[in-house]
Amino acid sequence: MSKSLNLYGGLGVGLVALLTGAYNFADRSVTPIPDEAPRMNAEADTDFQLIASAQASNAAADGKFGLGRPALPEEVAAWDLDVAPDGTGLPPGSGDVWTGEEVFVEQCAVCHGDFAEGVGNWPKLAGGDGTLADEDPLKTVGSYWPYLSTVWDYVHRSMPFGQAQTLTHDEVYAITAYILYSNYLVDDDFVLSNENFLEVEMPNADGFIIDDREEAEKHFWNAEPCMENCKDSVEITMRATILDVTPDEGGTEEEAAAEPAAEETQVASADATAEEPAAEEASAEPAAASIDMALAEEGEKVFRKCKACHQVGDGAKNRTGPVLNGVIGADFAHVDGFRYGKTIQEMSDEGMVWNEENLTAFLADPRGFISGTKMSFAGLRKDDDIKAVIEYLKTFQ
Amino acid sequence: MTASFKGKVPSRRAFLKGSIAASGAVLGASAARAAEPDPLITEVQEWASGLGEGVDATPYGLPIKYEDDVIRRNVEWLTADTISSINFTPIHALDGTITPQGCAFERHHSGAIELRKEDYRLMINGLVDTPLVFTYEDLERFPREQHVYFCECAANTGMEWAGAQLNGAQFTHGMIHNMEYTGVPLRTLLNEAGVQTEGKWIYVEGADASSNGRSIPLDKAMDDVLVAFKANGEALRKEHGYPVRLVVPGWEGNMWVKWLRRVEVTTQAIESREETSKYTDTLEDGTSRKWTWVMDAKSVVTSPSPQSPIKHGHGPLVVTGMAWSGRGAITGVDVSTDGGMTWQPARLAAPGTSKALTRFYLDIEWNGEEMFLQSRARDETGYVQPTKSELREVRGENSIYHNNCIQTWWVKANGEAENVEVS
Repeated sequence: MSKSLNLYGGLGVGLVALLTGAYNFADRSVTPIPDEAPRMNAEADTDFQLIASAQASNAAADGKFGLGRPALPEEVAAWDLDVAPDGTGLPPGSGDVWTGEEVFVEQCAVCHGDFAEGVGNWPKLAGGDGTLADEDPLKTVGSYWPYLSTVWDYVHRSMPFGQAQTLTHDEVYAITAYILYSNYLVDDDFVLSNENFLEVEMPNADGFIIDDREEAEKHFWNAEPCMENCKDSVEITMRATILDVTPDEGGTEEEAAAEPAAEETQVASADATAEEPAAEEASAEPAAASIDMALAEEGEKVFRKCKACHQVGDGAKNRTGPVLNGVIGADFAHVDGFRYGKTIQEMSDEGMVWNEENLTAFLADPRGFISGTKMSFAGLRKDDDIKAVIEYLKTFQ
Repeated sequence: MTASFKGKVPSRRAFLKGSIAASGAVLGASAARAAEPDPLITEVQEWASGLGEGVDATPYGLPIKYEDDVIRRNVEWLTADTISSINFTPIHALDGTITPQGCAFERHHSGAIELRKEDYRLMINGLVDTPLVFTYEDLERFPREQHVYFCECAANTGMEWAGAQLNGAQFTHGMIHNMEYTGVPLRTLLNEAGVQTEGKWIYVEGADASSNGRSIPLDKAMDDVLVAFKANGEALRKEHGYPVRLVVPGWEGNMWVKWLRRVEVTTQAIESREETSKYTDTLEDGTSRKWTWVMDAKSVVTSPSPQSPIKHGHGPLVVTGMAWSGRGAITGVDVSTDGGMTWQPARLAAPGTSKALTRFYLDIEWNGEEMFLQSRARDETGYVQPTKSELREVRGENSIYHNNCIQTWWVKANGEAENVEVS
């Protein structure tokens, strides 16, 4: 009891000291680490250096610890992929607009549209010329991106979404050429290469200034802000509930109504998917009995490759690809309201169903199994992955 | 786990309405005498008689089920896909300053990958004397530091530029978390490789498919940037970059590269996708600011707020919120209950520390009057958080990032609150 009283009593006194000196104290009480680089020492105060030298026993005189190993040239080459605005890092290669269109339609159009115009909420890569000062600027490669190197670098390292680093250098040049063409920046006979890369003029190259907040917003540094009589009256000028785009936990109906910004396909497919949960419940138990859950769990990971276009589970909607709830055993074109390709629709009309055999064949080689399929995915290379993802899909019957 | 507002979650809005109605009957109950003995006291409750769970029931605990609505939430219409998207920290339901990892917002560009420590490699290359490769174990052998820092997505409050839009602090201000990091200063690793004098920048990237490359001036890299492997005492969560992420104190969250795999010393900025097409700020005349790295001072009242209405009767009310600045320590927070006509200093729960969240409180007497609740942060550089109209005067309405304006909650007589803009 007396101990806690003491603690409490001390707190009052201590708090004053704490409030006045705590920031300083906290800063100084951080014990500096012993390997201060020269440029830090220049700024550190003398106390720091004293403590630092006392503790520097495990570092050599140059502050090095001898940890890690030299990176091999092959390793650096494998990871050092970045391309700078001046072309540093750009590998030799070339690609023309027409090859670019072919590759783009096959690899990119599923999200970005055949003409780089963007599908739904996916990024638009073309258009928007002259809109940057408008109310809703359209920022694309053509209208906004200042450097072509950024396009090459990003397509090369991160695209296609879910299959990064599968494109050849020439394909990346070709895609880049096609994106330029889609923005009317080059003619259709244009060939982009590492040789002429820097000759391409990006329309918004001069559209950027370096952060000038400390100048342009100098008046925000106002150490004595108003405390009283700061304005005469206060009126509401805008209310969030009028707009009503806040997600609500109550269900999907209200949310669908409150989605002005959402893509059309989402709203349009809401009806079609609303019936899915009922179907799922009805057949859940018999299906569950034969599912290898460990395998299905593996399949869930594999399914990430599919998620960019396909949804499953509660509230799943048609996206670029159809909802996959209940796909096992269903007709090829089983989802009402989804616009299937011609061939798959015909196969469906002929009675083809998604049994395991057909799914396996399709997932191994989508275009080989259904010629002209709209699914741009190249297929799963490993049989185990195919088995796993099918098992995963079974959990949504 | 993330809730996406689908399925059978009970409506919190309905729940809140119910509790407000119920509390209406006991307005002013704090001073009133109980009419009947409380059965929760007079009757022996099941939990006071039976037994609870044993120590083997939950080897790694989650919050009790009664708190299962305190979760990260996603706004579906914001992005095309949840794999390249963001969710929001439930700041309206948290207190203190440290954000639990399990509900700290996530932002991925190619999904949260699973990378084992054994498979982890960090390369330092470019303008260095010896390009190096470190394993995770190597990193653990360098001297460590601990720091608490906030990480705020540059797009936090970004949906509010053109007007009050999302009705809840979680959605307007929830792209932020604040954790205690343990790690190795980046300068230690750069020094190990030996930075050459021509080196002016570093380019950092992650191991995921997006790699999320960013350029950082060498001065910052040698100052307070941390290569972190622990947060709040435990390993990073995969959604925050397990096993190793970059911590770039005070600067926009996009630069805090997760699954950090490479640091390249360069002469110039790489001008990656993330620092040209994104994370640049278009002004009214169509020109855009780039390299806007620092997060300006900002604050928000987290309760009461739309998701955290006043559910008790009249009398004492705790107004609380959080403040932070990428330029240093918070030195004060002012709160207004009348939409900015008058202000009073709030009480800081602890003195502000540099580039970390500060919790503030204002203890007031509330008797059902309408309030326009606002908070205004000040930092040690003398910066004062601007109003939305002050920001718009400089930047127009076409910015996405760096909206640090003063937020207004309209608290109504029944205790409910709404996100509004005021004159």
